[in-house]
Amino acid sequence: MVSPLMQIYLPIAEVSVNAFLLLGLGGMVGVLSGMFGVGGGFLMTPLLFFIGIPPAVAVATEANQIVASSFSGVLAHLRRKTVDLKMGTVLLVGGLIGSAIGVQVFKILTAMGQVELLVTLCYVVFLGVVGALMFIESLGAIRRSRKPSPAPRPRAHHNWVHGLPFKMRFRQSQLYISAIPVLLIGASVGILAAIMGVGGGFIMVPAMIYILGMPTKVVVGTSLFQIIFVTGFTTLMHATQNYTVDAILALLLLLGGVVGAQIGARIGVRLKAEQLRILLALMVLGVCGKLAFDLVVQPSELYSLGQGVAH
Amino acid sequence: MIRLLIALTLVAVPATAEEVVGALSQNRVAITANFDGSEIFVFGAVKREAPIPDDAGPLHVVITIRGPSEAVVVRRKERTLGIWVNRDSVLVDEAPSFYAIASTGPLTEIMSETARLRHRIGFDKAVRIVGAPDDVDSPRSFSEAVVRIRQDNGLYKQQDGIVDLRDETLFATNVALPANLTEGVYRTRMFLLRDREVVSISDTEIIVRKEGLERWIYAMAHEQPLYYGLLSLAVALFAGWLASEIFRLLRR
Repeated sequence: MVSPLMQIYLPIAEVSVNAFLLLGLGGMVGVLSGMFGVGGGFLMTPLLFFIGIPPAVAVATEANQIVASSFSGVLAHLRRKTVDLKMGTVLLVGGLIGSAIGVQVFKILTAMGQVELLVTLCYVVFLGVVGALMFIESLGAIRRSRKPSPAPRPRAHHNWVHGLPFKMRFRQSQLYISAIPVLLIGASVGILAAIMGVGGGFIMVPAMIYILGMPTKVVVGTSLFQIIFVTGFTTLMHATQNYTVDAILALLLLLGGVVGAQIGARIGVRLKAEQLRILLALMVLGVCGKLAFDLVVQPSELYSLGQGVAH
Repeated sequence: MIRLLIALTLVAVPATAEEVVGALSQNRVAITANFDGSEIFVFGAVKREAPIPDDAGPLHVVITIRGPSEAVVVRRKERTLGIWVNRDSVLVDEAPSFYAIASTGPLTEIMSETARLRHRIGFDKAVRIVGAPDDVDSPRSFSEAVVRIRQDNGLYKQQDGIVDLRDETLFATNVALPANLTEGVYRTRMFLLRDREVVSISDTEIIVRKEGLERWIYAMAHEQPLYYGLLSLAVALFAGWLASEIFRLLRR
C-alpha cells in the first residue's frame, strides 16, 4: 500500500518525510555537483537540517552518500589515469586518523549538547570563507576575460612545505616533498568530514593546489580517491559508535543525486565557467548567511530536547 | 454493534456500582515504511447493575493514552558572545514520548484535584524531575519546555470535550497518533467519573512497533552496527559503480 503523498518513515532518524522531497533534494544537489564538480555534501547536510532531519543522522548519512558519488567519480578518473595513488594513500593515512578523532569529538559534543553549535559554526566559517574566495576569484576572472589576459602565474614550486623532512617522491604529481604536510592536510579534512558530514573536497582541492603544488589534472581524481575511504571509514565509525546512519535516507538521496549529477554535467557544459562559479559562490554564501542568521537571532524556542543519559 | 451494546447494558443484572468497559479499534500500530500517523477509535460502555440514583451528578469520561516514559535532557540557550548557545541543562527523569488526554468536559471541572493527582493525569504529573539541580534557576521551566515542545510536535495533547457520551452509557472518541511516533507500549486508561470522583477504570495497551523493512533496518543498526555499516557502504559503492556504468553506456 502506497499513500498518495509518498510519506516515508525513516527508521533511524525516526521522522516521516516526503520521499519526493528527498529525491528532489538529492537531484538538486546532484545537478549542482555535476555542474560545478563539487561533492555537494556541504550543501546537502545543511539542507537536511532545514527539513528536520536530526543533525547527528544528517551528518552520518551524508557521509555514506558521498561514498557513492565519489566512487562513481573516481572510476571515471581511474580510466583517464588522473589519480595519484601514492599521494592519495598518504593523504588517506592522515585522513583516517583525522576521521577517528572527528567521530570522537562528535560523540563528546553530542553528550554535551554542543554538537549542533559546532557543526553550524564549522559550516558558517568554511562556507563563508570558501564562498567569499570563490566570489572574488570569479569576479576577477570575469573582469580579466574582458581584457587581454596576462601570462598565467607559474605554480609555486618552492615554498615552506619543501623545507620539511621525511621527503617522498610522488611520481604522478611530479613532486618530491615531505610527507608531513600531506598527512596534516589529510587529517584536517578527515576531522571535517566526520564533524560536518562532507567529503571535504572543497578544502582538499585548494590545499593540494596551493600548499602542495600538485598539478591540477590529478587533483580532483586524487581528492575523490581518498574521500571514498575517509567518508567510508567515517560512515563505519558513525554506524558503530553513534548508530546514526539511516540506510533509507541515504538510498533516496543517492538515487536523486546520481541522476542529478548527470543532468548537471550536461547543463554545466553549456554555461560559462566564471558565471557558474559566481552562481555557486552566491549559493554557498546564501546557505552560510541563513545558518549565521539563525545563530545570531533569538530563536523562538530557547529550549531543546536531547536523549537522556540513561540511554 | 452500538444497539447490541445498549441492549446488553439494559439487560445487565442489577447490583450496586457502575463499571466502565472499554475497547480500542486496534491494539497494535505497525510503523512501516509509509507510516504517516494513525487514528485510533477509543470507545466503551458503562455497565450498570442498578438504576442511576436520582441525586447522582452527571457522568463524565476521561481517556488517557500514554507512550513509554524515558529520561530527556533539556537544554536552554543563552546569548553568549553574540550567538545563541546551549548553556544550562536539566535531566527530566520521566517524560512520556506521547500523551493524549481526551475528556467529556474541562478536566478541572469534571475531576477533583485529588483524583487527578492520585491517578497522575495531566502533563504536569507525567513530566517529572526527580532531583532538581540546585545550580540551575527555575528547573520547572525545563519540564514545562518538554510539554510545550511536545505539544508543538503533536505528541502531547489535551482535548476537553472531545469524548462523546450518549445517555450516560456509551462513549467514543478518535485519538490521532502522529507520524513521529516511537516504539513501545502505549498505556490506555479510561476513567469513569461521577461527582468529580473516579468510580471505575479500564486499562488496556496499544503496542506500537516498527515492522517489516523498518524493523529490520533498525534492529540491524543497533544489534550489528558493524555489519550494518559495511552493508551501507556496499550499497553506496554498488550504486556509485552502477551509476558510472549506466552513464558510460548512455554516452556511447
